[in-house]
Amino acid sequence: MVTSDIRSQSPEQLGDLELNILAFCCHYCAYAAADLAGSLRLQYPPSVRVVKLPCAGKLDVLLVLGALEHGADGVMVAGCLEGDCHYQHGNLNAKRRVGYVQALLTEIGLEPERVRMFNMSSAMGQRWAEAVTAMDEQIRALGPSPLRRPADELQAEGR
Amino acid sequence: MIVAEQKPLGEIKGLLGEARKVLIVGCGTCVTVCFAGGEREASVLGSLLRMSSRLDGAPTTVTDVTVQRQCEWEYLDAIRERVADADVVLSLGCGVGVQALAEHYPEPVVVPGLNTKFMGLPLEQGVWAERCAACGECMLGLTGGICPIARCSKQLLNGPCGGSSHGKCEINPEIDCAWQLIYDKLQAQGRLNLIMEIIPAKDWRTSRDGGPRTIVREDLKLPKPATAEA
Repeated sequence: MVTSDIRSQSPEQLGDLELNILAFCCHYCAYAAADLAGSLRLQYPPSVRVVKLPCAGKLDVLLVLGALEHGADGVMVAGCLEGDCHYQHGNLNAKRRVGYVQALLTEIGLEPERVRMFNMSSAMGQRWAEAVTAMDEQIRALGPSPLRRPADELQAEGR
Repeated sequence: MIVAEQKPLGEIKGLLGEARKVLIVGCGTCVTVCFAGGEREASVLGSLLRMSSRLDGAPTTVTDVTVQRQCEWEYLDAIRERVADADVVLSLGCGVGVQALAEHYPEPVVVPGLNTKFMGLPLEQGVWAERCAACGECMLGLTGGICPIARCSKQLLNGPCGGSSHGKCEINPEIDCAWQLIYDKLQAQGRLNLIMEIIPAKDWRTSRDGGPRTIVREDLKLPKPATAEA
């Protein structure tokens, strides 16, 4: 699921650098906010692919590492506002895990800023657009992931 | 349970050296419970090593497999092909597991990914404390269930030293004075008379001091086949 959402393209094939950012969004708030942003016809960078989770607390460290290993330039994790998680404190668990992954990335020499957590309510469509814009800017400044792989190599592996 | 901690990533990479195919072997028992070497930890470490090796310019094939318990031959039998395929086997078992792997598969290089620390228990999620020193002659019946060998910094047998202060140990103020705990426990249970029994100097021969220990249970040993298999 995750790997098929990431199609690496070498920068030379593109005009403006096209980024691959994966966003893990909780069903109750972040995904709804993203949906609202769509209903409101808000404009924001197209670099994000959304993966819906029932709760940000379902986020597994392996999901984030897997995304980065397969060439994602960045990973966003979006959950409910702190204190308002639909499942009490799933968003706090996600926050802890994002912090843990950032520490792991620092250890291996990948920029920890490639992973970032955002909080929003389902009514905050504008906030979703802002979050994606901020993430896009942040990743663009870092450049494409050094772990990007050519599309044909991924295809050969059946991804 | 045995409590262990994962070695720093830099140290693990050093142990793997120039290996191009690494097999990480996790263990589903103690090190799973202390979040050091279970299936999840093996997968995470695998991902980190793959990414790290690519960033270093020397991509390494790293796969992982986790067995129920790394210290038993039967469980290790199941991963024979996986081991044969690897340059180096990185064991995430405790010291026993690493040695069992190395003994069962003498050809490949087997390296440890964990530092085995102690026998203890989880006080709360994320906090483990030492409780047993495997001294070989348990005296918990005399001390209200609190071990003076594992929990007293000086392994005293007959009450606290002069350094016990407000229930804390003079070696490290974060350590509870074991004899204070023993006293409080026996008093609460109305069994303070036990503390008056003098425990003589310990015979450490039943502990590690007597050399590596072996236990043989003749009643459990299986009979050997009458004729040797061809």
